[in-house]
Amino acid sequence: MNLSLHKSLLLILSIIVPCSQAWADIKPDTTNVLTEIVVTAHRPEVEVIPAQRLSGDELQRLNSNSVADALRYFSGVQVKDYGGVGGIKTVNIRSMGTNHTGVVYDGVELGNAQNGQIDLGQFSLDNIEAISLYNGQKSEILQPARDFGSAASIYLRTRKPDFSDGASFHTRLNVRFGSFDLLNPSGLIELKLSEKITASLSAEYLTSTGKYKFRYRRVNPAGELAYDTVAVRENGDINATRLECNLNGQLNNGEWNFKAYNYNSERGVPGAIVNNVWRRGERIWDTNSFVQGGITKTIGRFSTLNNIKYSFYRTHYVNNDDKQIKVDNLYRQREIYLSSANEYIVNSWWRIAASYDFMWNTLSADMYDFAKPTRYTNMAALATSVSSRYIKAQASALLTSVHDRLVGQQAPKDKAVITPAIYMALYPLGTHDLSLRAFYKRSFRMPTFNDLYYADMGNSKLNPEHVTQYNAGLLFSRSSRGFLSSVRISGDVYYNKVKDKIVAYPKGQQFRWTMLNLGLVDIRGIDLSALATVNPITSLTLSLRLQYTFQRAIDVTNPSDNYYRDQIPYIPRHSGSAVLGMTWRMWNLNYSFIYVGERYNQQENIRYNYTQPWYTSDISVSRDFKFSNVRCRAMIEINNLLSQDYDVILNYPMPKRNYRVTLTVEL
Amino acid sequence: MKQHIIFLYFLSLLLAITSCREDELVVPTEYDIIPEKPDSDSQIRGFYLVNEGNMGSNKCTLDYFDYMTGLYARNFYAERNPDVIKELGDVGNDIGIYGSKLYVVVNCSHKVEVMDAHTGIRCGQIDIPNCRYIRFYRGKAYISSYVGPVLIDPDAPKGAVYQVDTLSLAVTAKVTVGYQPEEMEIVDDYMYVANSGGYRAPNYDNTVSVIQMIDFKQVQQIPVGINLHRIKKDSDSKLWITSRGDYQSIPSRLFVMSKKPGYNKMVVTDTINVACSNLAIRGDSLYYYATEWNNYTGSNTISYGIIDTRTKKVVSTNFITDGTEKEITIPYGIAIHPENGDIFITDAKNYVSSGTLYCFTSDGRKKWSVRTGDIPAHLTFLPK
Repeated sequence: MNLSLHKSLLLILSIIVPCSQAWADIKPDTTNVLTEIVVTAHRPEVEVIPAQRLSGDELQRLNSNSVADALRYFSGVQVKDYGGVGGIKTVNIRSMGTNHTGVVYDGVELGNAQNGQIDLGQFSLDNIEAISLYNGQKSEILQPARDFGSAASIYLRTRKPDFSDGASFHTRLNVRFGSFDLLNPSGLIELKLSEKITASLSAEYLTSTGKYKFRYRRVNPAGELAYDTVAVRENGDINATRLECNLNGQLNNGEWNFKAYNYNSERGVPGAIVNNVWRRGERIWDTNSFVQGGITKTIGRFSTLNNIKYSFYRTHYVNNDDKQIKVDNLYRQREIYLSSANEYIVNSWWRIAASYDFMWNTLSADMYDFAKPTRYTNMAALATSVSSRYIKAQASALLTSVHDRLVGQQAPKDKAVITPAIYMALYPLGTHDLSLRAFYKRSFRMPTFNDLYYADMGNSKLNPEHVTQYNAGLLFSRSSRGFLSSVRISGDVYYNKVKDKIVAYPKGQQFRWTMLNLGLVDIRGIDLSALATVNPITSLTLSLRLQYTFQRAIDVTNPSDNYYRDQIPYIPRHSGSAVLGMTWRMWNLNYSFIYVGERYNQQENIRYNYTQPWYTSDISVSRDFKFSNVRCRAMIEINNLLSQDYDVILNYPMPKRNYRVTLTVEL
Repeated sequence: MKQHIIFLYFLSLLLAITSCREDELVVPTEYDIIPEKPDSDSQIRGFYLVNEGNMGSNKCTLDYFDYMTGLYARNFYAERNPDVIKELGDVGNDIGIYGSKLYVVVNCSHKVEVMDAHTGIRCGQIDIPNCRYIRFYRGKAYISSYVGPVLIDPDAPKGAVYQVDTLSLAVTAKVTVGYQPEEMEIVDDYMYVANSGGYRAPNYDNTVSVIQMIDFKQVQQIPVGINLHRIKKDSDSKLWITSRGDYQSIPSRLFVMSKKPGYNKMVVTDTINVACSNLAIRGDSLYYYATEWNNYTGSNTISYGIIDTRTKKVVSTNFITDGTEKEITIPYGIAIHPENGDIFITDAKNYVSSGTLYCFTSDGRKKWSVRTGDIPAHLTFLPK
């Protein structure tokens, strides 16, 4: 039988089925509910507003190097990409700023108390099974208190062993190679240790010189060529390893998991291309290690979800450029995290939950006069949800209290903030084909250790930066066995306000800055997405995914600023993507297109700050092979097919057309 | 077939969108009319203003104002020199005119850009790593640089002053001075260099290097104050030197050096009890401003003043007399018109948006202001 066709059908079903069956699962019969919990640990049916999700084969076929690349296909997301394999990639959801985005890796949020930003370029797609994006929070109530905190959340789920095929051993070997002298082998071993315990070990190595050609071309207003130059991006090399070990176990009415993760990389920092400077000498070594464990259990009407994590993040930054100041800094971050979330099912339509998290963060650096901050964060959340045939609603409130301690300095005042959220979905037809949804959420981000204490730039008087979000939208989804096997259309309008935005402010002398709570941003946007799958003939499946985002994010801080009511930097008014997938027998063709409209690279919307739109077309072709038990896949990708020369960030040129080949063997 | 229709629709959508991107144009010059009457007796044709541009933005730009036409040309370089790859460069730091040539020191592009002073057309560049300020003396240009030859301590190299022939634009000599040298001044065949030591915080340099110009050798380093920056001579050949302090407990100060009668050595004679970020001298008047960050209030404290260079006393605590100083967020550059005494102050605002150039009459009333590039900072007058 055709395997990949089955997979994609399963994939589509997995998206559609939970929505259309969700309300039916909540029956007065408690035992029935319990079975449901055991079967699907992720319980997407509980969500009031479902996530945008990419998973399985669809995710693997999107020409993506990392999680950040894949997120470009979600609406409302802008990826800041500094270019190349090792370049930093961060995401900004609905213009609220990178620091408002929570990234949850297999159930526990990733943290970076130093700068509050997760470099999603570090997370390879190799072992990722699904990426989900929630605006506001994941709208279910049994979750850690911390998950109620972000203004937007990305959930990454790694592959979990599934031995329902009767085997007790799976293995997968994968190798990617291509442009930028990329070589990226990886391996996965899955073991069934006992009836109830499985283990998996995943390892990956990535090396690339990061060298690529880029081109700058300018014409004068008369249309004559002014200059046209092609150069090679230097100092963008990367060497990275990832090791990940998982243990998963089943309990009576529950499950547990344990994960150990280690990422190591050495990277060149390519830096801005400016006049007379084509190469820089900055390098970064990152070590990100963590161990985490979780246990969920249901006893009668009571469910509990408990997590624990310890993480260590080491960054070593060196500037070797003999024309500049020598820098050699070592930063060490540690985090301890404990969480307990508990839910009680009051009756068939009402659930309540309470969760409490404790977090300890510390940062040390071998710098002169460094404050060595330690942060204690306590988070407590209360949440409740109601559901009926026509309505599903949820309300939550999170209390966050933060206490910082410094070495040799007076610590700022403790902070305590309460942030509420309300989520609601209406099903006017009484089925889940059509839902109308709305949410209101307040959230904040704490100033990071860098904002508060970094050398003489930090400002310990900073207050948290607040965001208020209002969202209304609808979702229509339907699946059938006919020609149009599934369709899913959604649209949302939203209004966000960012208050007390933390911005860098000059201190008078050259290159001297401080951080201030100075900024008010008014964001109005529209997200539209459509997904359709058609089966014109038996072995042919076509799927189309379209996404469009409109954002008007303007700076309304001060009417006397010359950028008052101008669009904030790097937020396009229009952006979108289209993905067309075609599966025929063992063949698969994927075409993806991304469009990011005109932007401004600084606050003022003037000609000198104008950045052109960019759009890239990527194509991948893959073929599956099957020899008895062994499944193989060969895939060729061509990225930036039309070889467009573009910058996502000013002076950080992106690669021209590039290629990648992936070979996978799975047993 | 339905999928064909979808695909065709999609292709047309693709084409519709792809028409949006255009050829990237060389950044065009913008012109503003300035209400300034031409003075036919004046020996000043106009002035150039260098906008530093934030680090990494490659937005160092050159503006030019012409007194004859009354036109202010914003972003003048790229249009005059469209074939220069990546335009003027990253972080301008100084400007000077010598003979028929205009020199712009572009710090993070590690070069001095040399143009014809009247046309703005490029005639070459001098590659100098981490170059800071430029002065001229007897047919040579002297450029201070944070990095001298890496010899003794590779982790903390001393700075240098480069000597460049203004005809051939070739580096003819260099001399090692203190750490991270900034401005220079020449008095009686000796060059005085303000050393900052900014890369060594908190162990700032505190000396002025003395270079004997005959053989271009450093002969002395005179301790003055920490983190020195500006150095300017007055009509009496006294040197006025600013210290930036350590931004914490030691405040910014202004020092005076002069020679005792009968001696050829400069010595520190006075410490003026004011903070000073930048200064300009005309006649016996020293105009200064200071921007100091106050950790307690979380804001900048800005002050302006005039010092009488003969008495070394502050004679005015504000040379802006009409209240315009309230509009200025961060004063960043200062210049005095050598003939009519007009005072020019630039406002760098938040460093990452267009600044403003203010022109005041010599009695401190605003004549006009104009939008500039990012971080307007250094100004030089073009003779006719």
